[in-house]
Amino acid sequence: MHDTTLTALAAGLAAGEFSSRELTQALLARIERLDGELNSFITLTAEQALEAADQADAARAAGNAGPLTGVPLALKDLFCTEGVRTSAGSKMLDTFVAPYDATVVEKLKAAGTVSLGKTNMDEFAMGSSNENSFYGAVHNPWHRNAVPGGSSGGSAAAVAAGLVPAAMGTDTGGSIRQPAAFCGITGLKPTYGRVSRYGIIAYASSLDQAGPMARTAEDCARLLTAIAGHDLRDSTSVARGVPDYTQELDAPLAGLRIGLPREYFGEGLDPAVERAVREAIGVFETLGATLREVSLPHTHYAIPAYYVIAPAEASSNLARYDGVRFGHRCDAPADLTDLYKRSRAEGFGEEVKRRILMGTHTLSEGFFDAYYKKAQQVRRLIRQDFLDAFDEVDVLMGPTSPTPAFDLGAKKDPVSMYLQDIYTIAINLAGIPGISVPAGFVGGRPVGLQILGTHFAEARLLNVAHQFQQATDWHLRRPAIAEETL
Amino acid sequence: MALEHADVLRAAHLARLGLDDDEAAHYLDDLGHILTMVDQLQSLDTEGVAPLAHPLETTQRLRADEVTESDQRERFQRCAPAVEQGLYLVPRVVE
Repeated sequence: MHDTTLTALAAGLAAGEFSSRELTQALLARIERLDGELNSFITLTAEQALEAADQADAARAAGNAGPLTGVPLALKDLFCTEGVRTSAGSKMLDTFVAPYDATVVEKLKAAGTVSLGKTNMDEFAMGSSNENSFYGAVHNPWHRNAVPGGSSGGSAAAVAAGLVPAAMGTDTGGSIRQPAAFCGITGLKPTYGRVSRYGIIAYASSLDQAGPMARTAEDCARLLTAIAGHDLRDSTSVARGVPDYTQELDAPLAGLRIGLPREYFGEGLDPAVERAVREAIGVFETLGATLREVSLPHTHYAIPAYYVIAPAEASSNLARYDGVRFGHRCDAPADLTDLYKRSRAEGFGEEVKRRILMGTHTLSEGFFDAYYKKAQQVRRLIRQDFLDAFDEVDVLMGPTSPTPAFDLGAKKDPVSMYLQDIYTIAINLAGIPGISVPAGFVGGRPVGLQILGTHFAEARLLNVAHQFQQATDWHLRRPAIAEETL
Repeated sequence: MALEHADVLRAAHLARLGLDDDEAAHYLDDLGHILTMVDQLQSLDTEGVAPLAHPLETTQRLRADEVTESDQRERFQRCAPAVEQGLYLVPRVVE
């Protein structure tokens, strides 16, 4: 049961081949047995999972099952889950038990899904390798010495290893797509505002977006249909109807116009990754698509603009961790300022502090115009690049990441880590959707193909990704750990 | 725009983040590299470009000014480190 897709598991449940309890027990046993070598989970919620599975089985017996009833999955530990520790990968929230559910969690529960637990992540979603977690690094299921990517590294590793068929992630600069690429799974970052951010611990509010991570585009389509939609509790969520994202999966691709951004195939791209990605793109030609080169001239400015905007928003969002209302509190504070300063110094890890300092500095008096305002102006130019490109083509394609998964400990200085996100970060600045699909291997490590569309083009992206997965089998390749049976 | 040791300490104080001199020196180095990378933005002419705050440029939705939340103080204070009689406890601020 562990070696199959969410879609197949849903069909198995519907056909009565197994119950949700049996499936949940089998996967919990796998996690217990195998996750020691991956560290993809921070918290396992076995008891709640079995309870939810029983409820799902009862609903099915009563004739009340929906398409996702009884399907197990996992949640990045950034989604608030009522009654369950929600840590954001930080010592700051090590003892924080959320008093309410995030909207995404509420919707997934209402759909009858069964959460097995909370997955590991870079602290407060700040990182590209999952090495910034208070709970330790996650190991890539394909190669134990390699990172799984980040920040949704635990979600990606758990899916790749067959511990869960799907997991929820969040993506502020590539945090769904890059780990999906590094672990050989499919991950979708929806349009900004497509999915409610309510109850997702905030990193950079104008960039954060939640999305599904699973083995196939079809699985992602099912999950997006369940989690998308307007939410009165998130004023930035968009009031726009939610289609059934599985409806367009089978549309033929004949006539599809694919743009290849010149800047995504330039300096810094591993030639072996480029070969794999170009070969994958060639598959679309055989499906009737046409290719043309396009330019996104401000690509080069995306990382600098992001590293102004995201830390600035983070410094503001993380001001709430004051040692008073929730989270870590230092011992024996001398006065209120000491309470704030020591609680925050003890509770936050190094990368989080770096970004708080960076954001506080660029927002401070005398620097605001030169940094924040300038970055917001550049952000408009970056978005315009994409809008201009989508006048000419239907989708853009390129590598998700310039290299396959790098080794644990390989990126020692922050800037070299930041540059890893060169192909994913501009997408968040522009607010458009993007999906990463498995597209080959380099040295035994997975390579991701990134497909981008204009705002609210998720159905198109899922269709394009699904057709690719009908023509290829990269998404079906599994690491050895996923082949292990108990 | 070169960053100085005092800038790091000032940012740390504004962010109420405890930082000793050695740590500040460490972050000075890192932040210096990041700011050098960020300074590439200055080479781009953005004269007349309006800053973009929201990728969809939607405006804030309005609603009727009605109370929609119920009092859940006890529930929300359960995750607080120190509470007494419904109040958050902090060190004395008024002598």
